[in-house]
Amino acid sequence: MRAETISFTGAGGDEIEGYLAQPLDRGPVGGVVVIHHMPGYDEPTKEITRRFAAMGYLALMPNLYWREAPGASPDDAAATARRQGGVPDDRLVGDVGGAAAYLRGLSSSNGKVATIGYCSGGRQSFLAACSLPLDAAVDCYGAFVLNPPPEGSPLSVGPLGHLAPDLHCPLLGLFGAEDQFPSPDEVAALDALLTEHGKAHEFHTYEDAGHAFFATNRTSYRPEAANDGWERIERFFQTHLAG
Amino acid sequence: MCTYQTTTLPVRGSGKGAGGWFPVTDATVYFDHPVHAPGDHTLNLDLVNPGEGPGARVAVELDAASARALAHAILETLDAVPEALVAGRA
Repeated sequence: MRAETISFTGAGGDEIEGYLAQPLDRGPVGGVVVIHHMPGYDEPTKEITRRFAAMGYLALMPNLYWREAPGASPDDAAATARRQGGVPDDRLVGDVGGAAAYLRGLSSSNGKVATIGYCSGGRQSFLAACSLPLDAAVDCYGAFVLNPPPEGSPLSVGPLGHLAPDLHCPLLGLFGAEDQFPSPDEVAALDALLTEHGKAHEFHTYEDAGHAFFATNRTSYRPEAANDGWERIERFFQTHLAG
Repeated sequence: MCTYQTTTLPVRGSGKGAGGWFPVTDATVYFDHPVHAPGDHTLNLDLVNPGEGPGARVAVELDAASARALAHAILETLDAVPEALVAGRA
């Protein structure tokens, strides 16, 4: 495996930073765009990116806060982005689209690309899957797909339910029953909406887990939910990213 | 969960960050996941100067009880000093 920091073309033709991890001993293989959580382009999400390379995929995590905070430490960048309302949706689509194009352009790509996102990135993974020609998408506890952010939220983004008819690819959703953002009711409503529109999706809610149950460096980590979730992600990508 | 609860306000004073002292112009107060402190959620305070870049930040992550105690201590301290001193500029 090789993991490195690269530059690629994102929204508006901007050159932005990304973290690329790729297996060196196989190909052609599928690609995964890893969409980081609100705390940003941090070490735990780089570790997740490397894990996808270890699974055999080309994996690229865009630094979504590059424009606000080029070269800053991830926590300073996240604090800056929080004050500025988060990442605009149109810019997110451009950056993920650029990352997908970069992966498809690698010589070891089989042309297929999925997205996966955590926390705010879960919502953004859904947004990307409704806006870009992707082959699969994973939403890990993304809030505000259907409900607006609460009063006092720093995020200047709106609900995405109106995009459900445009979902281009199968969606895997992994959620915690003890989470409030998204709440089980919001997850159930999204499940029903996608069913209504005939969109392929597979949702799992873990009873003993809340938000961020994949985060091994936080007290929210729930090994049983996370281990089962990783297995489901691996099977999902084996199905949809095969060459 | 991510609470997303955030308050921002202008402030005037100075803070000491990784690069030394700098003028602080803004504060962000939020209750959310910490980067470093133990626990699932903390009261997080950023004292920043956006004009000097993302690194111009003094960050504090406190558990809720500590944050309340600190807030009370700040108010009690201000209440205890003569009004004429408090009214002066920083």
